Amino acid sequence: MKLTLKVWRQKNAKDKGHFETYQVTANEHMSFLEMLDVLNESLISEKKDPVYFDHDCREGICGTCSMVINGQPHGPMQGTTACQLHMRHFKDGNTITIEPFRAKAFPVVKDLVVDRSAFDRIMQAGGYISVDTGQAVDGNSIPIGKETAAKAFDAAACIGCGACVAACPNASAMLFVSAKVSHLGLLPQGKVEAKRRALNMVHQMDEEGFGMCSNVTACEAECPKEISVDNIARLNREYIGAAFTADEK
Amino acid sequence: MELNGKVPPGPISEKWTKYKSSMPLVSPDNKRRLDVIVVGTGLAGGAAAASLGELGYNVKCFTFHDSPRRAHSIAAQGGINAAKNYKNDGDSVHRLFYDTVKGGDYRSREANVHRLAEVSVNIIDQCVAQGVPFAREYSGMLDNRSFGGVQVQRTFYARGQTGQQLLIGAYQALSRQVSNGTVTLYNRHEMLDVVLIDGKARGIIARNLVTGKVERFAAHCVVLATGGYGNVFYLSTNAMNCNVTAAWRAVRRGALMANPCFTQIHPTCIPQYGDYQSKLTLMSESLRNDGRVWVPKKKEDAEAIRQGKKRGIDIPEADRDYYLERRYPAFGNLVPRDVASRAAKVECDKGHGIVPTGLGVYLDFADAIERYGKSKAHSMNLENPSPEKIRELGEKVVEEKYGNLFEMYEKITGEDPYKMPMKIYPAVHYTMGGLWVDYNLETNIPGLFALGECNFSDHGANRLGASALMQGLADGYFVIPYTIGTFLADEIRTPRFSTDAPEFEAAEKAVTDRLQGFLKNNGNQSAESFHRRLGKIMWDYCGMSRNAEGLKKARKMIQELREEFYKDVYVPGSLDEYNPELEKVARVADFIEMGELMCLDALERNESCGGHFREESQTPEGEALRDDANYAFVSAWGWTDTSKEPELHKEPLKFEAIELKTRSYK
Ligand SMILES: Cc1cc2nc3c(=O)[nH]c(=O)nc-3n(C[C@H](O)[C@H](O)[C@H](O)COP(=O)(O)OP(=O)(O)OC[C@H]3O[C@@H](n4cnc5c(N)ncnc54)[C@H](O)[C@@H]3O)c2cc1C
Ligand code: SF4
Ligand code: FES
Repeated sequence: MKLTLKVWRQKNAKDKGHFETYQVTANEHMSFLEMLDVLNESLISEKKDPVYFDHDCREGICGTCSMVINGQPHGPMQGTTACQLHMRHFKDGNTITIEPFRAKAFPVVKDLVVDRSAFDRIMQAGGYISVDTGQAVDGNSIPIGKETAAKAFDAAACIGCGACVAACPNASAMLFVSAKVSHLGLLPQGKVEAKRRALNMVHQMDEEGFGMCSNVTACEAECPKEISVDNIARLNREYIGAAFTADEK
Repeated sequence: MELNGKVPPGPISEKWTKYKSSMPLVSPDNKRRLDVIVVGTGLAGGAAAASLGELGYNVKCFTFHDSPRRAHSIAAQGGINAAKNYKNDGDSVHRLFYDTVKGGDYRSREANVHRLAEVSVNIIDQCVAQGVPFAREYSGMLDNRSFGGVQVQRTFYARGQTGQQLLIGAYQALSRQVSNGTVTLYNRHEMLDVVLIDGKARGIIARNLVTGKVERFAAHCVVLATGGYGNVFYLSTNAMNCNVTAAWRAVRRGALMANPCFTQIHPTCIPQYGDYQSKLTLMSESLRNDGRVWVPKKKEDAEAIRQGKKRGIDIPEADRDYYLERRYPAFGNLVPRDVASRAAKVECDKGHGIVPTGLGVYLDFADAIERYGKSKAHSMNLENPSPEKIRELGEKVVEEKYGNLFEMYEKITGEDPYKMPMKIYPAVHYTMGGLWVDYNLETNIPGLFALGECNFSDHGANRLGASALMQGLADGYFVIPYTIGTFLADEIRTPRFSTDAPEFEAAEKAVTDRLQGFLKNNGNQSAESFHRRLGKIMWDYCGMSRNAEGLKKARKMIQELREEFYKDVYVPGSLDEYNPELEKVARVADFIEMGELMCLDALERNESCGGHFREESQTPEGEALRDDANYAFVSAWGWTDTSKEPELHKEPLKFEAIELKTRSYK
């Protein structure tokens, strides 16, 4: 299949950036990123700068790949990361637009690569359970219902990719934050610090320059791990609860 | 060189406890004055940095990834072993120890493996406390399943994403230490050299991958937890950026590389489908709990399937060869990986392969779906359920267990594995070899430690499933926090090192010159194209089956490839900018040298053991034939000057607690 790609090129964070158009021949068994590999091999053979994009596992689990394909973070397939998207979902002759995740809190490093270290700092603000190595009691000493464990798992499945931010008109990171607050808050081990965690993580999110949540729910629709907006409701409950009990800070 | 494993005295089950309680300690006040560099934030590095930070050391932690959470550990699927014996099925520390030594075909150090089995139980407790959402039973208790090479259920899991959940646990612990100020994090920093002062590891040279700046970092000691080197083969189940550079740069500074030829080829991966392919995808071993492996008995059937004239489901039961069940009745589909992989190759080489390339076999869930469906129907009190109803119920159960793996398979292949048997083939997956370390996990360079997949320590010639996660976390949470003290207790009076020292200056200059050399080369071929060619040589001659002639040939081919590489490789861009092509070329250069050493090691070891199968050394039935009289040792290679021959050192392996036996799964 022959494709036309309109790709965002940007030298560094300060550069203004622009689209460039490329022709590439692919086949339907390739993954989207393998299609970009083909483009890059040909650019390198012409001694041109390849199109840089972040990627690593190429199986949808590391959260590294991050690009907006035809206006959608991670592309058109539901519950699918860009690296798991296959060319059989495109047609011969298609034009495909590829851009970086755009948000003030995710500055562009180069081309499609952005800096998501703001997520690390949100995690550092409280995305953990305060337990030192070697302090733990036996793993079976606190039974956890199968359903509860499953719910916590569903929230913990977040891969920290940032598509929710890229999808949100306010560039809010609420879905990401709420997934962590839910994962840990649902478990008895994490409950103790739940309120403090919610306050501190939300505070850091604001500091980093992410926007406010206005219940658009575009995040849920584009999340490759289908993290539910129910988590945001849970976060709001923890947060409001915490705001009234100041000593929890 | 005399290699001292520093195994403490005493009976095997008491060594670690006694050693721990007699170890020199570092007082809290002194810990604050000691700097530790940890390279790597996977399970091993993340756990180590967090735990050392908690203890009060001043930790600097590096990763080339954009976040610690992206380390390749995130991709582990199936589970983690621990000798908890929650199932009351006869498991114990001793049994886990024994299974691991046997599974490794008696090529690992007994004392290290026993310690691993001992601390395995603490790992589960620690992870639960951190909030890892392991699978639970309705009672609220932790659930288990089986993995290959064992007859008990000791594998803990979190759906098909166990590595992800464990890594997030370690990442959370690490994040907490960053906020406490005990750990400083350096994301997107790639270590490109170790700095030695008076023979001890005192720092690293790392390149800031965003600015391109080559920087110096000093510490009292250096811990490497930089993962495995499976990507030597180009195509593997490893993430694209996994590489050997950190370990290899240490080798170039005098560290020894142990058993480099011990690589694991995993039996159940999605077969290769095209030349443009960038990586292979694992289908977790847990699938062999329920999937049955087979090929058509008749070559004509296999041929028809390859040509698309027949499908797997068209082959009647009587014409299928469930070759693992036939050859290994005691373990059946759950034989260890090396055995299962070799058996698949044997069938495909005979012409029974079922994908167009001829390199593929079936992993079939039809029986499991029916079995589960019937049992579900029974528990629901359905009378005479139709076959369709049974299928439907069975598919639901299978979905609960393996849903995300089935989904991943369908995304990649476009085929529905609930209806059609999966097509699978072995692929490179894990490297048992790695930096030589003693019982303290210290390399032969004082102050340089190696943890996780980047050391050689626990898995011998073959790793059992669900044991790498266990080892990474054991090393990071429960071993290094103690053993690092054996080195640092003598350093409490050593002042902080300055990066102005001439050793740092020289190392930085060497790194910069090397990178500039690549940039100035101005050849015509990409780093990727050389990597692909190296991978093909390695797979053809140093893969599932090896012989002396092929290995000699491969070594020569790699030497020629290296020469061509330095003449003709092309790298775009410059040093002082974000430049992943420059990162790649330096990694490929190291892979080429590592590949050559692997071939040499495989050639020197004229016996078959675990994943290392030498055609010259097999039983009449085609099983691996070990040679304990001549090869019961660890090969540890030194290669600081690649214009000379590598130097082989041997650490003899002594088996005191376990009797050396022929490994049988029949
Ligand atoms: C697909 C797949 C599935 C698996 N499933 C299982 C399973 O179910 N059970 C099991 O037990 N094992 C499994 N394994 C094996 C297991 O995941 C790995 O062996 C283990 O996670 C390795 O952990 P590690 O901490 O040693 O290294 P990694 O997790 O690979 O971490 C390496 C770290 O080092 C950093 N690094 C490397 N080089 C440098 C450098 N030069 N400079 C700076 N940083 C550097 C990286 O950024 C990264 O942070 C699986 C492996 C694969 C490939
Ligand atoms: S919530 Fe979804 S979209 Fe947002 S970071 Fe997590 S996985 Fe990505
Ligand atoms: S590359 Fe890992 S999720 Fe896409």
